[in-house]
Amino acid sequence: MQHLEEKFQAKIDAEIKIEPKDWMPERYRKTLIRQISQHAHSEIVGMLPEGNWITRAPSLRRKLALLAKVQDEAGHGLYLYSACETLGVSRDELLEQLHTGEAKYSSIFNYPTLTWADMGVVGWLVDGAAIMNQVPLCRCSYGPYARAMVRVCKEESFHQRQGYEILLTLSKGTEAQKRMLQDAIDRWWWPALMMFGPSDKDSKHTLQSMKWKIKRFTNDELRQKFVDVCAEQVKLLNATLPDPDLKWNEERGHYDFGAINWEEFWQVVKGNGPCNKERVEARRKAYAEGAWVREAAMAHAEKRRQRQATATAQSA
Amino acid sequence: MNPPTPLFSYILRQADNVLILGQRLSEWCGHGPILEQDIALTNFALDLIGQARSLYQYAAEVEGKGRSEDDLAYLRDGFDFYNVLLVELPKGDFGHTMTRQFFFDAYNYYFYQQLQKSSDPTLAAIAEKSIKEVTYHLRYSSEWMIRLGDGTEESHRRMQTAVDALWAYTGELYTPDAIDQELLAAGIAVDLGRLQQHWQQRVREILTAATLDIPTETWMQKGGKQGRHTEHLGYVLAEMQYLQRTYPNSEW
Repeated sequence: MQHLEEKFQAKIDAEIKIEPKDWMPERYRKTLIRQISQHAHSEIVGMLPEGNWITRAPSLRRKLALLAKVQDEAGHGLYLYSACETLGVSRDELLEQLHTGEAKYSSIFNYPTLTWADMGVVGWLVDGAAIMNQVPLCRCSYGPYARAMVRVCKEESFHQRQGYEILLTLSKGTEAQKRMLQDAIDRWWWPALMMFGPSDKDSKHTLQSMKWKIKRFTNDELRQKFVDVCAEQVKLLNATLPDPDLKWNEERGHYDFGAINWEEFWQVVKGNGPCNKERVEARRKAYAEGAWVREAAMAHAEKRRQRQATATAQSA
Repeated sequence: MNPPTPLFSYILRQADNVLILGQRLSEWCGHGPILEQDIALTNFALDLIGQARSLYQYAAEVEGKGRSEDDLAYLRDGFDFYNVLLVELPKGDFGHTMTRQFFFDAYNYYFYQQLQKSSDPTLAAIAEKSIKEVTYHLRYSSEWMIRLGDGTEESHRRMQTAVDALWAYTGELYTPDAIDQELLAAGIAVDLGRLQQHWQQRVREILTAATLDIPTETWMQKGGKQGRHTEHLGYVLAEMQYLQRTYPNSEW
């Protein structure tokens, strides 16, 4: 056992990908299932806040782009559930964990989308933060996850540009549109910063995940990088980030920023965000109302199989 | 105000059909019974709204009053929408949505098939592009009719309920009025009499394979093509048009 673990770690250190049939420590497998399924659930739950605006998109072009974007998220969910299945757990089991609340998804999706500007800000900040988290995962030690992430990241960066373009349009629009834009940034900025997870000193998984090369940078490193990028991008929108402490620090070569309200973060994680109940309920409802469809599809496939078997037997 | 020309109305009918159905289908996005089916229904919505854009662009050109595709989609009220009633009905359960889709796909397929030969080159080109998408839609919805009709007892019951409920809204798909006749004579429009034969044959074939009864009711609802709608359309438009109505003259 000791020997296997050492060989495993040696492979990881040599940047050799771990594949589904390779030996792996049970804790590595569990960590990956937790992380990949959380990620898959985030894609599926993430369809809801944006799906909320499809029927109200303000032009046909925007409606098509938003539909395509939300559909991409469903596609990401599919790749990720498949990557997770290579670790020996079924999609149904994973969905069950989502529906009972046993599995988590990104807390950001527990915030409501209240105006059209949210479609832009979700693209810019939420997809932007997701990309920062996800790009390093393309080099993750587990092969199927790394490969799924390559596809996901390509599409996400397209979504981010699309979101930012919505905001640019609003920034050049009427007073009402500018107000919409600033209001959306004000609501989403802090939750977006929380997407990088707890501060390094409070993150219980970081150390082990870095050793296994599931994770390549710490939460705080990625968060800083995100702040630095956004602090510049917001200027082009003629808007501001809602942080009075945001200031360029020449010495560090980074922006300083204000304290994050971790009490809010943990409350949302625990289920007390503005939309936690609605989100899980919407998923449960879709699944429950789809039960008859899934059963019928299976029953029909079985009938066909039997008819074919009978036909083959008769012709033999 | 001058009444719209027959060609303008004719283009709008199909544009409104595919936009309103696309809008209804997009309500499923994120709520489908199976992830793969969620993706498929969204694909249909994308295809149909894409068709709507081409048709509105052409309608705007034909009208020649400087209106855009979005003006036509977002700034007309219900009595100026000419879609058939079938597409504006609420989505119901997955079986209801699939049955409506199948009835419409069967229409849409034979519609574009004939429209490819229209003497109007723009309509013919739109039809040629659209039929590739619609061929797939019809195959997909036909397969689901069979799967759900001939699945479990519950799925069979749900599908028969949907077929019975929607049947009275199918006649409008193939019943011509003066505009259809005038443009048919000009070689522009589709021959709905021929379309009806194909439609009925396809529907009979698939419902039979799905072990579903074909309704014997012959009374058909109509009015959408002339701008007289069900109560549902007003809500569809209120939702769809809200931003354009609340913040007029804005770029989005």
